[in-house]
Order: sequence, then C-alpha cells, then structure tokens
Amino acid sequence: MTEQITTPSANDTNDAPKHNLEAHNFDATDSYNFAYLDEQTKRMIRRVLLKALAIPGYQVPFASREMPMPYGWGTGGVQVTAACLTPDDCVKVIDQGADDTTNALSIRSFFASTAGVRTTEATDKASLIQTRHRIPEIELTEGQLLVYQVPIPEPLRFLEPRETETRKMHALSEYGLMHVKLYEDISQHGHIATAYAYPVNVEGHYVMDPSPIPKFDNPKMNNCAAIQLFGAGREQRIYAIPPYCHVKSLDFEDYPFDRLRAPGACALCGADDSYLDEVIMDDEGTRMYVCSDTDFCSTRREQGHVGDQSGLFDSEEG
Amino acid sequence: MQPDALKGGFADLPIQSATAFRSVLQAMARPGTIHQLAGAAPPPPLSVAAGVVLLTLCDPETPLFVGASVDTPDLRSWISFHTGAPFSAASAAVIAIGSWQDFTPLSAFPVGSAEYPDRSTTLITEVDLLGREGSNACRLTGPGIQDFYTLCLPDPALMQANRALFPLGLDFILTSDSSVAALPRSTKIEVM
Ligand SMILES: [Zn+2]
Repeated sequence: MTEQITTPSANDTNDAPKHNLEAHNFDATDSYNFAYLDEQTKRMIRRVLLKALAIPGYQVPFASREMPMPYGWGTGGVQVTAACLTPDDCVKVIDQGADDTTNALSIRSFFASTAGVRTTEATDKASLIQTRHRIPEIELTEGQLLVYQVPIPEPLRFLEPRETETRKMHALSEYGLMHVKLYEDISQHGHIATAYAYPVNVEGHYVMDPSPIPKFDNPKMNNCAAIQLFGAGREQRIYAIPPYCHVKSLDFEDYPFDRLRAPGACALCGADDSYLDEVIMDDEGTRMYVCSDTDFCSTRREQGHVGDQSGLFDSEEG
Repeated sequence: MQPDALKGGFADLPIQSATAFRSVLQAMARPGTIHQLAGAAPPPPLSVAAGVVLLTLCDPETPLFVGASVDTPDLRSWISFHTGAPFSAASAAVIAIGSWQDFTPLSAFPVGSAEYPDRSTTLITEVDLLGREGSNACRLTGPGIQDFYTLCLPDPALMQANRALFPLGLDFILTSDSSVAALPRSTKIEVM
C-alpha cells in the first residue's frame, strides 16, 4: 500500500492544507441558504444518502459542490452534514480527536452561523458529529449521526487505478488483491503494517475505506448504534453504515486483526484503554503520551482521574 | 394549472424539508421504525406523509412515476408546481408514488446495475395502515436493526424476492396518514 494511507502525516499533504477558514468570517446576519447549500443540492445529497444507507458500504457517486473552503477541509463531510442538519441539532466537530484545532473550530462556527445550530465539545451532548480521522472513545448512541471526512473513498484505488475496474471488483466482491496487499505487509514486516484507513468488510459484501482513522478505531464501527455517513468531496462519493451493522476488519486466520495501541497510559488522565497521541513537551524532545480524544480526556480529569504527569501539564497550562 | 395546486406546500421550505429528511433518513437507516411527518397538504387521495416525502426528495432531476390509484389532474398539478419533477414511465422512474397495486409487477422498475446498484427506483408506497400486528406481519432483521422489528407489509413474498436481488433492488418508503417507515433492499423479511 502506498504511503498515502499508511501514515496520517503523509495523508495530510492532500488532506489538511493549512488555510485559515476563519478569514472568510461567516456571519449569521448574512443571507445564506440554510446550512449554506441551496435546496436542490441538499435534495440531491439527501437522495444519495438514502441510497447509501440502503446499500451499506457501497460508494454512491454524487455531484460535489464548490464549498467556501479547500477540499482538504473535508468538503465531502461538510456537504453531508449540511444536507442532514436541522435547527434542533447540536454539532460537534473533531479533527484527529481534538475539538480545538483551527479546522474543527472553523467548521463548527461555519454551521453555527449558516444553520443556527448549537455546538458542543461533549460527545454525549452532540446529535451530529463531523470527524476527521478519529471515532470518539465513548460509545455512540441511537439517533446520533457520525459524519466522516474522507480523502480517498476507494479502498482498491492503490491497487487498481481504473474506476471501471474497481466498480467491477466491488460488483463481484473480488477482493483478492486487497488480501494479497495485506499479506505482503505480513511477509515484509511480520505483521500487517497498515495502521490507518485499514479496510473493512460491511455486512459480508462491500469492502470499504473507513477514512484515515487509526485501525484502533475500526472495531467501534461494528454494531454501532449511531448512523455512520462518509463524504468524499474531491472524489465525489458518499457511503454509509446503518446502525448495528456487521463491520469486520480484513484479516487472515493466522494473522487476526490487531487494534494496535501504544502501550502505556495517558499522562494526563491515566486512561490505559484510549488511543494515545505522542506529544513533544520541550526543546530536548521530552515525550509523553496523551489521549487523542480531548473530550474523553478532559471528562476523565474532571471526574478526578489523574495520570503520571497531569500535575506538570496543569501547571504549564497555568 | 389547478388553482389549489399552489397550496399545500412547505411554508418554510428549508427548515421543513430538513426536518422531514431527517425523519426519512432515520426511517431508512433503521428499517421498521415508524416516524411522523408534517407540513404538506397534498390533494386527496395522497397522505400527508407521502406529500412530505415528495416535497423532500423530488425536483426536476427526478423522473416520477405516478400510480393509477393516485393519478389525478389535481395531484399532477400539485407535484409540478411544488417539485418540478417530470412524469415518467416506470422504467425511467427515480421515484414512484402510488399504492402497492400500482407498482406490480415490480419488474417494470429499474433495480440498478452491478456496477451502479444505486440507480434503482425508490417507491413511495401508500398503505392503509403502518401496523405491527395483523395480516402479513413480518419479522424484519438486517442492517439498521439491532434485534428485530415487526411490520405488516403489502406483499411479503414480492419483497423477499426484491431482497434476494441485493445489492441490486428497489427501496420502499411506506406512508400512511402522517406516518412513514422504510424498507430498503437490505432488510431480511420473514412472514410471522
Ligand atoms: Zn487522557
């Protein structure tokens, strides 16, 4: 598999250009369409979403619109969210686990101004969560929508560049090449090295790209109570996983799927079961591991959980 | 144009269509669950729910098949005015509106192709009652359903045959009065 889907940093080259969306300065007093998109575009996306739910894991083509942000900002996810929002929604946006990156803040304020929705950082308070590269740590619930930003929706693209061919392969469930690729990982590295965008099989039929989430998150897609929707703006594809679907990460009898988690506990909240990010603390390169899901971590700290270095970090925050 | 055609649309289109779609999305994501729709007043004999679904999904890009049991000049005018959807034969329909009898034989409608299974008709099917007990009560399982739901279906055998086409197939939105439920092609159906 190419670098593009094995590391999040390589993926960032085409998925997260560092533009400042806030420069657009969306203002609620401007006369936008509800949730920015015009009615006909939302209707088109809504029809596509219904077909996507009816055929779990199948990529439905849609006519992606220009959005007031570059493709790397998750325009596919933004369009799906715009087509789903109602004024009663409470929206959370996460960017690699964090609610407070420029990207997450900007998309949140975009929907607050164009749709008048409430926003939150709390996973359990959100009715719609748009995400880039993570699934929240806590279990999602019925009625919640999880909208993924997807850079490259076709899991077979790196093995077969021709769309006509990948469509045939999906139609015939011909996924041998994908297994060969994963098996090459094993012969090269002794284990399946693919750590992000690890392919899944949905309901025993379509093989699907889960977007560049760490494979640690893959099991959360299975039997999930929430509706999972995937939008790829540049590639013009929408796909979906209805609630309680059987979603299985591809593997082999002798090499079963492994979530892969850095050993140890979060330095701030002590969690030993969450996905950890490595953070460089100072110029000497001192490192520590903290929860990638910032809402999960701060909720635990509010509950009194402490990690090895939580005192140190709090004093620095000051 | 019938004079009444101008009435009965959404008073606040962006908000009412967003709210209605969210209910239809939940219905399609969780087959067998029943949701309430409001905001449209289509000409009889169409139900409120069917009218709301038409307003939410139809536009000039969606050829619409109108079943004989609901096919009146008033309804056609209403649909034209509020959605702009062109009327079509079953074989070209993206969306269909009517009773179950209007839609048989189902083979008249496109079920999609192996490469593009999404290119199939969505049938808005008016039923007398969206009930869970009675004749043709079926046990529904599959994607979107944690355990099972029961729902009375117009013709379980034909719907099972549709399910057998998966990933091809037709998707049904069942409407009655202000209620809506959905039965995508992915749902497994057992007669109880
Ligand atoms: Zn933590």
